[in-house]
Amino acid sequence: MSRDFDAIIIGSGPAGSTAAEVLSEAGLSVLIFERGRNHLIDLDNPAVLPQRFSSDEIKYMIRHFLGPDPWAEPRTFRMSASDGDRQVVGEVNNLPATVGGGGVHADGKLPRLREDDFRVEAELGPIAGANIADWPVTYDEMEPYYAEAERIIGVAGLAGANPFAAWRSGDYPMPPGPAMYGSLVTSAAAEKLGYHPYPAPTGVNSIEYDGRPVCNNCGFCAYFGCPIHAKGDPVAPLRRALLTGRAQLRSQSHVSRILLQNGRATGVEWIDSRGERHTELAGRIVVACGAMETPRLLLLSGLTNEHIGRNVMFHMQTFVFGVMPFRVHGHIGRSVTHVHDDHIIVDEAAKAAATDAGLPWIKGGLVEHCSPSHLIAEAKQYPWGPQHKMMMRDSPMRDHLLGFCMQGDDLPQLTNRVDLDPAVTDIWGLPVARTTYQLHSHELVASQHHGSRLAQIMKEAKAERILTATSPKTTGDLATTHADISQVPISRHVAGTARFGADPSSSVCDQWGRLWEAPNVMIADSSVFPTGSGYGPTLTLVALSLRNSRAFATGAS
Amino acid sequence: MAAFLTPRQYAILEAMCARLVPADDGAPDGTEMGAVDYIDTLLGAFTFTPPRIWAGGPFSGRFGGEPSFSDFEDLSPAEELAWRTRIEGSNGIPERERLGPVTGLQEIYTRGLAELGEEFPSLDPAAQDDRLQEIGDFTRVVYEHVCEGLYGAPEYGGNRGLAGWHYLNYEGDVQPRGFTDAEVSGA
Repeated sequence: MSRDFDAIIIGSGPAGSTAAEVLSEAGLSVLIFERGRNHLIDLDNPAVLPQRFSSDEIKYMIRHFLGPDPWAEPRTFRMSASDGDRQVVGEVNNLPATVGGGGVHADGKLPRLREDDFRVEAELGPIAGANIADWPVTYDEMEPYYAEAERIIGVAGLAGANPFAAWRSGDYPMPPGPAMYGSLVTSAAAEKLGYHPYPAPTGVNSIEYDGRPVCNNCGFCAYFGCPIHAKGDPVAPLRRALLTGRAQLRSQSHVSRILLQNGRATGVEWIDSRGERHTELAGRIVVACGAMETPRLLLLSGLTNEHIGRNVMFHMQTFVFGVMPFRVHGHIGRSVTHVHDDHIIVDEAAKAAATDAGLPWIKGGLVEHCSPSHLIAEAKQYPWGPQHKMMMRDSPMRDHLLGFCMQGDDLPQLTNRVDLDPAVTDIWGLPVARTTYQLHSHELVASQHHGSRLAQIMKEAKAERILTATSPKTTGDLATTHADISQVPISRHVAGTARFGADPSSSVCDQWGRLWEAPNVMIADSSVFPTGSGYGPTLTLVALSLRNSRAFATGAS
Repeated sequence: MAAFLTPRQYAILEAMCARLVPADDGAPDGTEMGAVDYIDTLLGAFTFTPPRIWAGGPFSGRFGGEPSFSDFEDLSPAEELAWRTRIEGSNGIPERERLGPVTGLQEIYTRGLAELGEEFPSLDPAAQDDRLQEIGDFTRVVYEHVCEGLYGAPEYGGNRGLAGWHYLNYEGDVQPRGFTDAEVSGA
């Protein structure tokens, strides 16, 4: 068979789209596979921006429009091997299966990691039961790629506003957008107690940028595709890749296997939307399916590295909500406009809390200032009957609710892993990804410690009632108050399942994201992260994809 | 003419939705706000072409732009299989039973409404509420759909005359107009 493309990229989210731009601009012909639909970009004329997304709660929040469908392409979950083959079948940390991937549904908070986050073992030391490793790259080496990633996506932010931020070589490409009213309330209270809230670095246009319009604050941001392309979803890199004339995008095309021969990949097997199987050959393969589908594909392809799928991390989310005596209109604006980093810092109080719990240290995560915005989700929480409309009018769970969500750092553990479910298959007959996952005591202690501090801020903000919850569900002071929260972490910040490193005996990929087992395969997504940090992974994985794809494009195929 | 429900089923569901969200001074009951039509459209989604699963986009036309929500999306074969399984049930069809038998929404409604019985609409409101408490599981399913029908986009069959949004002074989908910076940041 002949080879029509130099490189195949599997997945069109932020990582894959970035790789597509780098490889096609380096002169390689590139084929991008995406299992989901294409609503993002006009393939006939990438210069024109199509508008297909909409502000529709039923379509996005209830009917799985961005995919994957939890019946057609389920995942499974169990807490430990002693819980049987699985406890849950269906939706497990799903990121959209659509052209643009997770970039489409995110509300675009795009923080950088801090210097320390690349060297947790060196700076803070190991923790029993956790498999902590330093990254094979430093912040100083990453900084130019971070700056470039911010320009590619279009990130709005305020340099210098966060006293804990890593150094940066220049300003953000855009100033911050308008602050949401509720965030101003909680930020003022946080400042009063000595915390340092700042405008969230956000991939949403605050000015016209890269030919795309300024955001108009419609409120359908997190979980929705942007109807006007004001969001920094991967439309920009995909468009530039397609405009080189060397890239092709094939949506609704599911790669089922990487073909391997003598320690090298030769191409992929893929399934079209009618279920027919095909083969496509190429000398280089980039895997960018997300940290759950990537290890699944590696395992389905017969790769055998013992570490594939291990160390899966989700952020442990700690929620602290306050019912306010005034309306907060969280449905107006870009979902989250303020964050603070104080809980990421291992200060004296955090050290004391760790010591009390018998741990060397604890680390929290980025805290988002937020408030719920959607009516159907609100309505389902209230009882039926005469109270329904009274509750909807008073709106304690939406229009009077302000919240904090801490994206708590989650330690890697060898026993937390993604593997192939022994019996459950997707609609194509392929075994699905199964997650086995339990929190480390570090996460619980950090959640308790920082959660109580967040409750103090909410009190300072004059909340009439304070509600707390965690995901995954825990017991004790932070026991869930939200019936829908389960043992499956709801965080979409998934990482760690194909870690990169300098030593083939403890990693899946080398320092450039190439599989030790098949070096013409590069992993571009957050699977390679050795540790999770308390920050969302997207900007970091785009920056890493830039760095690693450049090396991959010029290296021998 | 309903898409799925028989006139008798329709009447029972009307009585039910009027109790799940009763009328009050400010707004009509759940049935008058379109909940039953939303549910009937979901149950009968495949009697329409394209099926009424995903409304179109980008704009509803309510705040400018060319209206396109009524142009429903086509489904791929896999998407159609998933949604038919969910709505019609697996009915012993092997490709629908990959994850085990699925009771479809149509059957859940047919059974639940039969259990409530034809006399349900003629019971007094207190007796209706007691019945709804008794059959809790079905009531919960219907209530979730009622919430979708009252507060979702009217293109799905519910939210008649935008009644669900109007009584809450909620604007709904405001693209492409959006909100001003002052509306975002002000009290």
